Amino acid sequence: MTIVGLGLPRRLVEFTVDGEAVRVPEGSTILDACAAAGKDIPTLCFGDTLEPANACRVCMVEVEGSRTLVPSCSRKAEPGMVVRTETDRTRLSRKVVLELLGSATDLSTTPDVAGWMAECGAEPERFGPPAPASDDRDDRRPGEHEIPDGLTAATVRQPVKVDNELYVRDYGKCIQCYKCVDACGEQWQNTFAITMAGRGFDARISTEFANPLPDSACVYCGNCVEVCPTGALSFKREHDKREAGTWDESRQTATTTICTFCGVGCSLTLHVQDNEIVKVTSPHESSVTHGNLCIKGRFGWQHVQNR
Amino acid sequence: MDLRFLNAEPTDAERHAVDALGAGSRDQLLPALHAVNDRVGWISQGALNHICRRLNVPPAEAYGVASFYALFSLKERPPRVVHVCTDLACRVNGAEAVTEAFDAAGIGWHRSPCLGVCERAPAALAFEAGDPAEGRLLAPATPSEITREPSTWEEAPVSVPQQGGPGLRLLRRVGVVEPESLDAYRAAGGYAALRNALLLGPAGVIREVTDSGLMGRGGAAFPTGRKWDAAARQPERTRYLVCNADESEPGTFKDRVLIEGDPFALVEAMTIAAFAIGAQKGYVYLRGEYPRALKTLRNAIDVARERGFLGENIMGRQGFSFDIEIRRGAGAYICGEETAIFNSIEGYRGEPRSKPPFPVEKGLFGKPTVVNNVETLVNIPLILTEGCEAYRRIGTERSTGPKLFCLSGNVRRPGVYEVPFGTTLGELLELAGGVPEGRELRAVLLGGAAGGFVRPDETTLPLTMEDARAAGATLGSGVVLALDDQADLGGFLVRIAAFFRDESCGQCVPCRIGTVRQEEALHRIVGGRKLGTGGDDLALLREVGQVMRDSSICGLGQTAWNAIESAIDRLGALEERS
Ligand SMILES: Cc1cc2nc3c(=O)[nH]c(=O)nc-3n(C[C@H](O)[C@H](O)[C@H](O)COP(=O)(O)O)c2cc1C
Ligand code: SF4
Ligand code: SF4
Ligand code: SF4
Ligand code: FES
Repeated sequence: MTIVGLGLPRRLVEFTVDGEAVRVPEGSTILDACAAAGKDIPTLCFGDTLEPANACRVCMVEVEGSRTLVPSCSRKAEPGMVVRTETDRTRLSRKVVLELLGSATDLSTTPDVAGWMAECGAEPERFGPPAPASDDRDDRRPGEHEIPDGLTAATVRQPVKVDNELYVRDYGKCIQCYKCVDACGEQWQNTFAITMAGRGFDARISTEFANPLPDSACVYCGNCVEVCPTGALSFKREHDKREAGTWDESRQTATTTICTFCGVGCSLTLHVQDNEIVKVTSPHESSVTHGNLCIKGRFGWQHVQNR
Repeated sequence: MDLRFLNAEPTDAERHAVDALGAGSRDQLLPALHAVNDRVGWISQGALNHICRRLNVPPAEAYGVASFYALFSLKERPPRVVHVCTDLACRVNGAEAVTEAFDAAGIGWHRSPCLGVCERAPAALAFEAGDPAEGRLLAPATPSEITREPSTWEEAPVSVPQQGGPGLRLLRRVGVVEPESLDAYRAAGGYAALRNALLLGPAGVIREVTDSGLMGRGGAAFPTGRKWDAAARQPERTRYLVCNADESEPGTFKDRVLIEGDPFALVEAMTIAAFAIGAQKGYVYLRGEYPRALKTLRNAIDVARERGFLGENIMGRQGFSFDIEIRRGAGAYICGEETAIFNSIEGYRGEPRSKPPFPVEKGLFGKPTVVNNVETLVNIPLILTEGCEAYRRIGTERSTGPKLFCLSGNVRRPGVYEVPFGTTLGELLELAGGVPEGRELRAVLLGGAAGGFVRPDETTLPLTMEDARAAGATLGSGVVLALDDQADLGGFLVRIAAFFRDESCGQCVPCRIGTVRQEEALHRIVGGRKLGTGGDDLALLREVGQVMRDSSICGLGQTAWNAIESAIDRLGALEERS
């Protein structure tokens, strides 16, 4: 759902989706309308608390009169629009986009994607066996690349970056959705610790000169981790537990409470496994936080369980 | 913004280079990066930090911008960098021998996409950092000359094969009238058009341009008058004009020839455009690999300003002010895309924006903006001196006016040619002398890497927007690259694929990963290799190509499969091998 400021009641826009008439408030996106009509359109780069980056292109739909497909996550509904979500073109596009992503990226911790891939018959392996991990991605120059032989498929596999106690960056899982950059930058945190660097297939999320996080502007609010859709960013505790094979969401409970550190009163959700806090998030629909926290709310809970 | 900077300090040279630009804000980021890269050859942590402090830009973001451009280095390197063009036209004209000569002499070099001097292929460009920095081109580059000191490289004067010929309009002054002299320009008819424009008034100019039928020459063929009219109607009063001189489409070099040979024509044309749409400021976004065009144009703008043709109350017209700033690109084809160009000028990564909103509503700095190609603009003075009626009589009913084509590859007299729309492809090839003695034409790449191939039996094609479209081809930016029977078509296609992979901005999945898979599949096909899965690589190419076309954000991804598709479908290339 896009966050919309309160104001005068908005006019309704009427158009059709897959032959059915729908009415949505002016300013809604095609995706909003589809959700209202009970249609499930996969999205990856779309963030419920962020402006659409429309970069992943898994949410593409057909709009009559448009030469190309259009991203439903960002395109505003217009009166009389004729939208189709299930056509040969949209199906092919979804399949190939997911195949491309799957062939280059480790999607093993991206929720829902395995189901979408199975549904549309995506086979990322058809581009060839994945090329091995490389440790030079932070040094790649724009406009240059090693000439491939085609016998393996280039990937973004690379060593995991563990350089602080609070969160881990596993960019071999990164789909470059820009969410972390937007959350860290002017949309929420205003810290600007990370950016998209490089170009094309060698583009990557980076600090300045790929310096370690402790040397960067990062204030460890964890808001980037909160919005990351793939698990490329994860809290250290979660990462360690996953490595050890002891992370088990089915045994976790979520308890909502209020942060006690300052007077803002941010909503917190404590994720508890085996009587131990393993992660702290904040509800995205909270009008106070929109899912964002500071380092204290996000990480300042170790004292609760000092043993 | 409460920004956190680095601890690194700049050297004195770095500090001076940045400080010489004066105070500024984010939109000075690209010039500041150039200043350091020009002075010391690369951008250190201390230099970047100093830039960030002065412009109040977060270091991470500045790093993101600097690492987007191929001409910048964020690692220490020697002051001299040589770029050797290994792209389409240079490939078929011996670029290989040049790179081998460098290797043999132990001189380091960078592989460069098309340097835009295809008429003198093969080409090499040397940048030497210092105060001042130097950029020197060697074209044609012979293996013996190339290993000499770049300071001894001499660039041939700008010329066109039809030089001084009758009936030339766009090219009539190129190579004939001194490009440094405003007086020479005026003596050759310059600034008569601006005078007429001032008499007509803004609405009158837009009407003339609309009635002339002029369509954009940058590739998309959008009617220029309609674009101007849409911008002029915006309620917002701050408006911008951007001249797109990024010219990085492989095989394209007409805009460079126009700027180097007739720079005042562009300055006059931009002044007219600004008058029509009500812009106070114009930018020329000039390709970073064009050092001579930069010098020529910089001079023209300075001289025009001194003489009252730019600045306040131009030509005595009270209240009409306009000035032009040159922005140098830094090695990124994508920055020629009309919204990426805005991000680049504003100091952000050159990633295209999504449309709508369109530039005429929200363009540069969020204001109504007209983006026009150099050649498009240079048509404007013609229309205003000859009149739109006379202009319409050139060319065909629906493709009006003269058109520049860039002939290169296997032709005897490569260069920029001016012909009326409607000239056939065969006639044009003939003008350029056809393929070399004893060879046969194998194919013509029309419209550039984003265009497509046509066969030798299709040379009767009249070169108009509508005939090209009907034939499933495009004139694009005017590339006509001939390949003869000795050309290595497979290698050529692989190079096109590599180009798109290198130049993708990386923003959207279909293009970022699709261009990689396209290149890999082509290598398999051309190299006669197969995957263990035994999959059909042609079918794979088609699916990836279709999705790049349908689902990419911008024209780069949308056209990245065009040329390869046409090689398969029209030339029957790749079939015999798979
Ligand atoms: C990837 C890409 C690169 C482009 N490069 C250029 C360029 O170098 N010069 C240019 O004039 N137009 C270029 N264009 C086209 C511009 O987006 C735009 O259509 C043009 O500058 C408009 O000017 P016109 O109407 O005068 O043709 C490019 C488009 C794309 C998608
Ligand atoms: S933890 Fe916060 S400050 Fe650090 S990179 Fe993430 S969003 Fe930015
Ligand atoms: S790290 Fe996560 S949030 Fe950031 S771009 Fe990658 S996938 Fe998106
Ligand atoms: S199509 Fe390619 S160049 Fe254009 S926005 Fe997408 S990734 Fe960038
Ligand atoms: S969700 Fe729409 S483009 Fe990513």
